[in-house]
Amino acid sequence: MAFVIGIFFSIGTYLILTKSLLRIILGTSIIGHGALLLLLTMGGLKQGGAPLLGAEAAPYADPLPQALILTAIVINFGTTAFFLVLAYRAYQEFKSDDMKKLRGPEHE
Amino acid sequence: MNNIVILPIVIPFLTGALLVLFPKYVMIQRLLSVLSFLAVMGTAVHLLQQVGGEGIQILNLGGWEAPFGIVLVADTFSLLLVITSCIVALGCLIYSFQSIEWERERFYYYAFIQFLITGVNGSFLTGDIFNLFVFFEVMLLASYVLLSLGGLKKQLRAGIMYVLINIVSSMLFIVAVAYLYAVTGTLNMAHLSVRVAEAGQPDLLTAIALLFLVIFAVKSALLFFYWLPESYSAPPTAISALFAGLLTKVGVYAIFRMFTLIFYHEPGITHSVIAWMAGLTMILGSIGAVAYGNIQKVLAYNIVIAIGFIVIGIAVFQEAALTGAIYYLIHDMVVKTLLFLLGGAMVGLVGTYQLKEMSGMIRNHPYLGWMFFIASFALVGVPPLSGFFGKLLVLQGTLETQFYVLGVIGLLSSLAVLYSTMKIFMNGFWGENQLSKEDEKTSTHGLLLPCTLLICVSLFLGIGVEWVNPYVAAAASDLMNPAVYIEAVLGPA
Repeated sequence: MAFVIGIFFSIGTYLILTKSLLRIILGTSIIGHGALLLLLTMGGLKQGGAPLLGAEAAPYADPLPQALILTAIVINFGTTAFFLVLAYRAYQEFKSDDMKKLRGPEHE
Repeated sequence: MNNIVILPIVIPFLTGALLVLFPKYVMIQRLLSVLSFLAVMGTAVHLLQQVGGEGIQILNLGGWEAPFGIVLVADTFSLLLVITSCIVALGCLIYSFQSIEWERERFYYYAFIQFLITGVNGSFLTGDIFNLFVFFEVMLLASYVLLSLGGLKKQLRAGIMYVLINIVSSMLFIVAVAYLYAVTGTLNMAHLSVRVAEAGQPDLLTAIALLFLVIFAVKSALLFFYWLPESYSAPPTAISALFAGLLTKVGVYAIFRMFTLIFYHEPGITHSVIAWMAGLTMILGSIGAVAYGNIQKVLAYNIVIAIGFIVIGIAVFQEAALTGAIYYLIHDMVVKTLLFLLGGAMVGLVGTYQLKEMSGMIRNHPYLGWMFFIASFALVGVPPLSGFFGKLLVLQGTLETQFYVLGVIGLLSSLAVLYSTMKIFMNGFWGENQLSKEDEKTSTHGLLLPCTLLICVSLFLGIGVEWVNPYVAAAASDLMNPAVYIEAVLGPA
């Protein structure tokens, strides 16, 4: 898992450092998945029963990381959706998704 | 258990949800927004009195006992900040009645202000670190929308940068939470404090603490403030004033909470890193504030200086300095918003951000000019205005703990603040009056009322130190004794 997370983070970082806005958004999304996988791994990939009352098992799996990830996925989804709309709006306005052209002239 | 604790979060949330339903009825929207903030302020004051009498108030959400469920904690520190953020938001709200265009008003502007305040109050009140992340996101998402609402080129450009930097730091937040959960096995702040104290904060936890420091430093513009001046000068005045007063301060709150409650065992490492960051922030912020000739940029760099100054309180880690820092934090939220609003009014009159192109406004707008003058003196900390007391205590703290360099940088940065705000005052209000009444782009009609409101609060903070100080001192002493917080949340050990 550690390798998968590492690969996700490196791909995400590479994409964020590129010029194209769309790739940057993909990069944030991929880093997001890496972070979520990390959360899952850090919670411990245990063997255990479902943490439900009545599910008879000696060790129960820890439900907390999954609850956290569910929350984080929703948030991640929301921000990515907003970012995509923002990028589309910027593309309409500037006719480009090149970050260099987006910087604009107003640097005193 | 006290159910009132959740009201400062639920009231703005429900109001916001309600406002989404009828975007076209602007008057009702305005009325409901004001009522919601007044209600939140009322509950917060009520809670503050309860905390004074009965100790820290908590609410176990859903009836789950403390270390397992999410817990909301209202102590003096967080309640003071909730009250201040309501005052600030109210000021910006009244200001926006006149200054925000109807296109924005009809596109859910008021609803998103409510959601922003939901996130801010939630961050102040939560006692669970993942919940803190969630409320940060609520606040940030609302701020993304407010920043880009209107879709001007400038706003889109700043918006992309702002969104990107915040998404990346939020991802790092998740990573840090994951590490912390792996090491300690809990996310409840009080429980974390107990676990970290039992383990004696080994190096692994110190490293995690530094990761948290980086995340909150990005959010609060401590040292990593590259994104701030650009994005705070893009949206309309009322919005950027709201951001100036609230957003970075939530990051500062998180730093205060984390490094007094949880990671306070290795001040040699963590707190000296904070001290370095505070010093550098003040120096770089001063350079920016002195160098620019654009009102909004100058004011934005003043935010950066103030952040550095407030964080000194946590860097020296001593009760008097912490009291001063909290006092200065509250004062800064009010006065910085005020300065942004006044600056925005000036820009509105002249129609340009450049200081070189304005002069002599005191002739037609004496009231505006003198308010700006008082506000900038309060910011610098001239007695008896509100900045003085906090600054005094912080500097006293640096001297007592032998952080002389930090104290000197703090004093010098005050000079930079004085220079930069006086630069605005002299350029804007002195000299030949080039602007006749007819040439003015907008009027200040209706804009001065919220400014007067905020300046009264600032004067009250300055002259009424005697009344406010007991609360602030109580907040600082609670921060210095984590046992009080832990006992309130987990019950007597």
